Formats: sequence, structure tokens, C-alpha cells
Amino acid sequence: MGSRDGLAGGSAEVCCGLSVRLAQDTPIPLAAAFACAPGEMLALVGPSGSGKSTILRTIAGLYRPKNGSVGVDGEAWFDSEAGVWVPAHRRRAGLVFQSYALFPHLTALDNVTAALGHLSRAERRARAGQLLELVHLAGLEGRRPAELSGGQQQRVAVARALGREPKVLLLDEPFSAVDKATRQKLYRELAAMRQRLSMPVVLVTHDLDEALMLADRLSLLHHGRTLQDGSPLQVMQQPATVEAARLVGQRNLFEAIVLEHQAPPGFTLLRWCGRILESERNPIYQVGASVSWMIPSSHLVLHRRDRPSRGEHENPVPGIITECLALGETTSCVLAVDGRAELSLAFSVPSHVAARNRLAVGERATVSLLASGIHLMPPDDTPRPVG
Amino acid sequence: MDWTALRLSLELGFLTVLLLLPIGIWVGRRLAYQDFRGKGLAEALVALPLVLPPTVLGYYLLVAFGAGSPVGQVWQSLFGRPLVFTFEGLLVASVIFNLPFAIQPMQRGFEAIPREVREAAACCGLAPWQALLRIELPLAWPGILTAMVLSFAHTLGEFGIVLMVGGSIPGETKTIAIAIYDRVQAFDDVAAAQMAALLLALSLATIALTYGLSRRVGRRLG
Repeated sequence: MGSRDGLAGGSAEVCCGLSVRLAQDTPIPLAAAFACAPGEMLALVGPSGSGKSTILRTIAGLYRPKNGSVGVDGEAWFDSEAGVWVPAHRRRAGLVFQSYALFPHLTALDNVTAALGHLSRAERRARAGQLLELVHLAGLEGRRPAELSGGQQQRVAVARALGREPKVLLLDEPFSAVDKATRQKLYRELAAMRQRLSMPVVLVTHDLDEALMLADRLSLLHHGRTLQDGSPLQVMQQPATVEAARLVGQRNLFEAIVLEHQAPPGFTLLRWCGRILESERNPIYQVGASVSWMIPSSHLVLHRRDRPSRGEHENPVPGIITECLALGETTSCVLAVDGRAELSLAFSVPSHVAARNRLAVGERATVSLLASGIHLMPPDDTPRPVG
Repeated sequence: MDWTALRLSLELGFLTVLLLLPIGIWVGRRLAYQDFRGKGLAEALVALPLVLPPTVLGYYLLVAFGAGSPVGQVWQSLFGRPLVFTFEGLLVASVIFNLPFAIQPMQRGFEAIPREVREAAACCGLAPWQALLRIELPLAWPGILTAMVLSFAHTLGEFGIVLMVGGSIPGETKTIAIAIYDRVQAFDDVAAAQMAALLLALSLATIALTYGLSRRVGRRLG
């Protein structure tokens, strides 16, 4: 069997597309492995300092780690064991920098032309014009970067990165320097353009919503280590570990004991704080074992005061509201289960629902924990109240 | 007016700048981008002529270039003439005492280019020499221009080192700065005043030209 397995991400050996394995302890710790198929967009997500930009720079050939390999379409760009290192200017990698890094003395057209060295002189102008048209910048060819808005600069950077006909397109937080309205527009443009791109695309971002919106797959990084690899929704709602759950911003994390696995109707029963919770059947955890569990705030249902609604028979939990913040159209609430502050459930409701149900600090309320949202994980190392 | 001395000074200035251009670009770029052992020492050595009294530097160059020194002997055997008290010796000395004036502004010029812009050049497929010609040199141009003008003006005005290494041989090593001193010694106030005024005008013109050009470049880069 494959001797190179055993690293997170698994499919590090593929014949086409991008495959990356990196390992080093200093100066920047790295233990990442992932692959990206042609046409696929992979989001590298993690907090600042998680090494995601370093990984992108390694793919582009701007940073050389001690150990690992980078391969594209079966061609090695970096292989520490074989001593292979292809310099950046000989790799066909298109990189859009966070700061765009346009050449300030050149016009938009010349910025793109600079990446067209593989074409004959006669072809370059026409091709650069086509690329600027692709990113909706026709008519602005003669402007210098200083005469373009942030969104327009980003588009020049994308056109320039595509100019080389790259075998892999790398985007380093390309939306962080523009205002929100421009960002929404650029998201739509990128999503539309992606249908015409046939190479692997790697997007570095710290914004989970961005990854959810744009990426096919998400690789969660922390301190240079791949924590989890999967579809964005799966990583967000079913994190593999408590650490991953915290990184994707899940707040409702608790410990419980597995009581029983019921074949029909397909529940695993948990004992949590003196009450029994039904979760979806998950027999990999042994009866009697302690587990961590979480529930996304989207799977908490507030019981209405006037009449009961669907889902209320599932895991009803009463408590006292300890936090109630109206944030525009939604209201963010925290419920202390049985009045115990250490058992806080965070959830959000539309503000009009909060008003109609008279949610306020100190009020009693009941929520249902939908069994389909309860997700089990191996127990956390840090001590927490159990049972 | 000593036209021979003026022509000699201008020749010395142009050739010094011509030789310093590649040296300054190479050294300035290395100091700007690379970390290496002894970088602090290298920067200190480059700056040394700024603080060293010209006669001290001139003395050491005289000793180093003399017929008794290895450098002087190699030169003599290669070209059949001595290095001291010749135009060539003066040129070598001029390049050495102008090192800080050439290297430091160029170093600042290269340092002003963001690292990501240089990396973008590589990612665009530009080989290092292409990136140097098409991206780095145009962007570092204000620093390079300043370096050239400063070295040129400084060469025209240098006195102590020229006198120590070159002496005052008409047509060979007698520059205009020395000619002025020579005229004052001979109580030829008219000639001294003419040459001093010419040097003043020349210096003013070069400085004004630099400022004007670097402002234009600055506007262009926005």
C-alpha cells in the first residue's frame, strides 16, 4: 500500500492537480498536507499566524520550507528528499497578493503584459486586453495602479495572475482590502469566472463565511497544522475535534456521557447535566465513554410563549436568559441552562421574534436542541463539568 | 580660467559615475535585500569615507597605490605606468571615496520597493535580470539618479584626496578644485573667482535637475 499515507488529508499523491505536503518545526511550524483537483477551489482557513500565507508562498516558490513536496500535474516544483526546487519565475503559478503588489510604474495593460513573457511580442497586447476585458476593466487599460480603486486594482491583479496561464491559481486574502459592497461584487465575479477556470484554485482566508460561499473544500489550519479537511459546511457543523470547533467559532461546546445506542429510531442517548439528550445515532463512541458534543446555534429552536411549534419535543432545555443583544435584524442570546452560568447556550433569533417572545435578561425561556444538530467529538483534554 | 582643469574634472566626474553605477546597483541591492554575515561591517565600510578626514583617506590610498605596494606593482606590470600621480589612480581613488554617495541612495531606492512587488515580478515569470531591468531599476530610479548626481558633484569638489593621490599635474591630475587653490596661492583672484563661480553654477544646476527629475518620477508613481 502507499507508503506516503498517514498524513492528514490523505490524498497527497494525485497525478493531476495540486498536491502539497509540508513539514518543519522552525522557524514557522508546518505540518500540512492537502490536494486540490483541477477546477476545484480549496480554502485554507485559519486564524492569523496559522501559516496559511506561508503555505501559499511555498506553492508559489517564494518560501522554501525544510521538508516536504509541492507537485502540480505530476511535475515536482519542490521535493526536499530529491533536492528539487524550481524557482518562482519558472513555476507557472498565478498569485494574487493581499496587497495586490501591482507594478506602480506600469499601466494596467502593462501590468498584465508583464506576465505574458511566454507569448510572442505581437500577441501580448491583444491577450492582455482580453484578460482585462474578462475582469471587466475594458477602457481602463491606460490607468496606473494609483489611478484605480481598490476593487479595480484587485481585478488587475487577478488578470495578471491569469496571464501566465497558470497551472495553479493562488489567492491570498484577495478581498480583505476592499469595502463590503465591492467585496460582494467581487465574490459574484469570482464565482462566475470560476466556471471558466480549469486549474486548481487555492484561496487563503480567515473569513469562514467567505470560504463557505466560494470554496468547494476547506482545509482548517492552526499553527501550521492541518486540523480538518472537508466540505466547508461539514467542517463548520461537524468539526472533528473540540479545537477545530473552537476555531470555526462554535460556542456551544459541552461534555457528556454516552448512555445507549438505540437502533430504531436511531438515537444515541447522552447524559448531560442530569438530563438525557437524544442525538443522532453514532455508535463509534462506546457506552459509558465521555464525549464532547456541540450544537450549532442554527439548530437551537426557541419555544414560543403563545403556541408550541415543530421540533419542540426534541431535547427541551429550560434556563434563564443571561445575555440578549439586539444586533440589527438578529438578536444574539445566551441561555444559562437551569440558571447555571457555566452551561451557557448561545443562539440567535430574528429581532422581531425576540420582541414577540419578550426575551430579556433575567427572563425564563426554553429551547429545543435538535437531535440532528448535536455533533459528537472525542473528549476535550481541558477539564469541564461532566454529567 | 583653466579650461584643461575643467575638462579634466568633468572627465573624472563622468567616468567615476560610469564606474560607480554598476558597483552601486550591485552593492546597494545586496545591502537592501539580503541578510548575510558581516552586513553591518559592510555597511560601516561603505559609510567610512563620509566621516574619515580626506587627507587620512588620501594618505592610505597613496600608501596602497604606491610603487612599493602590491597594488601599485601589479598595476605597473600590467599597464607600464604607476598608479599614483596619474589620472587612472585619481579615478580609482575617486570611485573609492564616492562609495557612500553612490551606494547609500541606491540602497534606499531599492529598499523602498515593497517585497511583494519584487515577488510579484518573479510570479509573473520574469527572470531575476528581467525583473531588475523592468521593475526594480525603474522603481529605484529616484535613488539611482540622486546617487549619480551626488557622486558627480562630489567628484568635482573633492580636494584633499585628489591632492594626496594625484598631486597637481596639469592635464593629468590637476582638477578644477585644485586649480582654484593654485590661482588663489598665485594671487590670481580673477581666475579663482571665475572658476569658483562656474563650480557654484554647475553644482546648483545639477542639484536643481535632480530635484526636478525626482519630483516628476514621484508624480508618475503616485
